[in-house]
Amino acid sequence: MKRSRSLIWILWLIPLIFLLFFFYQPLLAIFRQVFSERFNQGWQFFSWGQITKPLLFTFWQAFLSMLLTLLIGLPAAYLFARFEFPGRKSLHTLSLLPFILPTVVVATAFNTLIGPRGWLNLILMDLLNLSNPPLSLLNSLPAILLAHVFYNTSIVIRMVGNSLSRLNPHYDEAARVLNAKPWQAFREVSLPLLMPSILGASLLVFLFDFTSFGVVLMLGGPQFATLEVEIYTQAMSRFNLPMAGLLSMIQLAITLLITLAQSRVKNPRFGKAALSSEQKTRQRPVSTRQKIFVVLMCLLLVVLFISPILSLVSRSLVTFEAARGERGEFETGLTTRYYTELFQNRTGSIFYSNPLAAIRNSLVYSILTMIIATSMGLITAYALSRSGKLTRLLEPFLMLPLGASAVILGLGFLITFNRPPWTSGPFPILIPIAHSLIALPFVVHTILPAIQGIPNSLREAASVMGAKPWKVLREIDLPILLRAVIVSLAFSFTISLGEFGASSLLANARTPTIPVAIFRYISQPGALNYGQALAMSTLLLLTSAAGSLLIEKIRLPGEELF
Amino acid sequence: MLSVENIYKDYDGKPLLKGITFEVHEGELVCLLGSSGSGKSTMLRIIAGLEEPKSGRVFWNGEDYTQKPTHERGFGLMFQDYALFPHRTVAENIAFGLRMAGRPKIEIQTLVKKALASIRMEEFADRAVTELSGGEQQRVALARALAPDPHLLMLDEPLGALDHNLRTELLKDLRKRLHDSQKPVIYVTHDQEEAFALADRLLLLHEGLLVQEGAPETVFNQPANTWVASFLGLGNLVPAKLVTSKFVETNFGRFELGTSSELEIGSDCMLLLRPEDALLGEKAILTPGYLRAVVRDSVFQGEYYRLDVIVGQTILQVHSPNPVEIGETISIAWPASTLQCLLVV
Repeated sequence: MKRSRSLIWILWLIPLIFLLFFFYQPLLAIFRQVFSERFNQGWQFFSWGQITKPLLFTFWQAFLSMLLTLLIGLPAAYLFARFEFPGRKSLHTLSLLPFILPTVVVATAFNTLIGPRGWLNLILMDLLNLSNPPLSLLNSLPAILLAHVFYNTSIVIRMVGNSLSRLNPHYDEAARVLNAKPWQAFREVSLPLLMPSILGASLLVFLFDFTSFGVVLMLGGPQFATLEVEIYTQAMSRFNLPMAGLLSMIQLAITLLITLAQSRVKNPRFGKAALSSEQKTRQRPVSTRQKIFVVLMCLLLVVLFISPILSLVSRSLVTFEAARGERGEFETGLTTRYYTELFQNRTGSIFYSNPLAAIRNSLVYSILTMIIATSMGLITAYALSRSGKLTRLLEPFLMLPLGASAVILGLGFLITFNRPPWTSGPFPILIPIAHSLIALPFVVHTILPAIQGIPNSLREAASVMGAKPWKVLREIDLPILLRAVIVSLAFSFTISLGEFGASSLLANARTPTIPVAIFRYISQPGALNYGQALAMSTLLLLTSAAGSLLIEKIRLPGEELF
Repeated sequence: MLSVENIYKDYDGKPLLKGITFEVHEGELVCLLGSSGSGKSTMLRIIAGLEEPKSGRVFWNGEDYTQKPTHERGFGLMFQDYALFPHRTVAENIAFGLRMAGRPKIEIQTLVKKALASIRMEEFADRAVTELSGGEQQRVALARALAPDPHLLMLDEPLGALDHNLRTELLKDLRKRLHDSQKPVIYVTHDQEEAFALADRLLLLHEGLLVQEGAPETVFNQPANTWVASFLGLGNLVPAKLVTSKFVETNFGRFELGTSSELEIGSDCMLLLRPEDALLGEKAILTPGYLRAVVRDSVFQGEYYRLDVIVGQTILQVHSPNPVEIGETISIAWPASTLQCLLVV
């Protein structure tokens, strides 16, 4: 018994040290930076306007995004929970697509739809015979909102739809038998019972919109800076680390409050029993009104989810270059040039980012992340699976990194580790470590249920038959955990490959990752840069899709991410 | 008076109700009895207006209710899972129907108090319904259904979710309460004990059709066909042929019937041999055509022993007041007045 106790301590110690060093130390460094600046200069190093402007805008855009997401998500949840129609399953799978897409891919995809070189403008220019793009939707609030709706509608569909399809239909019927008109039954019974999941989904959507970085940076442009974007700008363009730190502290505090509210609100006081019906609640649309609703909703969802993707892939294969000197005359046609160009090694310009290097870097980072996150996740999950006082004491400490945003993590790393030995060598280890911290909660959430699902009697039976502890692990736990481990590997690989927030602060000009390279290409003028951004985004899209397909295939049913 | 005329209903493309017609009179308690999946709950839902029949009509006091919305019918329905609103207290649940009917607040308060008193749960008024035991939930659900004073009360397997001991206790309580309410009641169940204990009249539903209708005694003494007999567990059913209107031939002998059968002479039927009517030993020998049987098993049941006996190739069950050795050969007979020949369905 004594030996197993010390084993638990070691199990705790490893993730604890890892997090203390790579998560809490950078966080503390941000705080220290802010307070030492205050000590040196007083509170004079910033003006209130520098804080209130991005803060108010962050709230405003998150609030609008949330409302719009609910506007589409609630009827969509109703569609999936209550109606049976051909293609329902495929559409539901399609609605999960945004989850897997890296922010840069989404931003680029919307760029190809509504940007100055996007399809919408190209078609209008062709139709109206214009020489300049007529619509300037990019760098506007609607562009940000659109991408946020695209991203988060599936959260509402999943969370509210789940509750709706599990809501016992007898409640509504009982109300109607007790003299309630249909709308009264909805207001008095169904709505209050669904409220926790609606509020929970709303707050989660709000949180995601509040902390959204890549989409806002790439679609909003400089005048629409949220807290996250402002942290990035202060750190990377103004080199004002104390200011970035102060904004980070505000951001962290608000994020923490929203997370607390979210976890409080989504657990109803009347228990989960009300939402546990196994009865069939879906039926084919019967009345004309139902049929119109189903058709319109399906169309809307297909357009919302497919058009950006199709637009990105198709636009990456087409060239519309204006011939030199003659404005308005286009050389159009299909091309694979943007793709082949990725693999040409052109050097010379200092601004030039080598696409091949970016791909190579990203792959190496992803593999390292995969290894670090999964092994750290396994140990953490094992530590968490032991019930006891220690677990209850340390659990919040281990799970807190969930709330920290990637940009803040990047900033903390920048302040703490931006010196040798960390930054020397061919591949800075900082990026994969940052990615591992981001992937860790997902990995733990995948592995922990698998561990808890193994009956202890199996382990006991093995040790009674003479297996040593490590043999028990090899013969019992590992084979059962294999699926969860593969899922974790795929998860951490995909997360690392698409991660933008932390990488945008940590990757330097010589060591870009794919998302960082895409961001650079699309921010620079020129059709070739644009095309290369699209080609890279398409490749990233395909890799992410393949990764999540693998995850879906081997993941056990019933495991939810939130 | 409720009357239901020729109700048809499909479920997932298959016919579930195939032309149901019956009436429920003032103050009458009718039990709709059938196995699960027979469509009895659907029948209630159609009467409540929660589902629309494919064809057929529902009348209340002569008025066509078929298209009337649920909330305008003024019928009460108690669900099998009670469907107590989990976000509301006991008192709020009972008040719901009154509130929806637009009764004044003071009146609601008095009525809810009265309802709580009638189920002896006054001190539970502000409790959450999720904290109640199964029996308490059942009482609250009944009080909630009765509170708005419905014209007709329907109960869908109200004791189905409870364990056996509690059922017997609550059945007595329910019987008193339903009779006291003096309302017409439709009580759906698959349990014959419940049905016999409560019903003024039984309706037996099988494969979408009403196969028999009548007072419990009538149904028990004269089952309409083999399904009714086996569903009610009335006893041994033995394949037989009607030789004359008063005699049937089985593969272990010929039996005389107490009353002439209405079935066509020469048709196949099933002979019902009730275990509790069997005469054994010396009493059997006095009956012409008694059987010799080997005892294969004997199980003590408290008031009697249940014997499995073999006659020729057939295994029969009989009740014996005394213990019998396994392997012993005994004499068995049934008085003609207890025998019935039943239509095979």
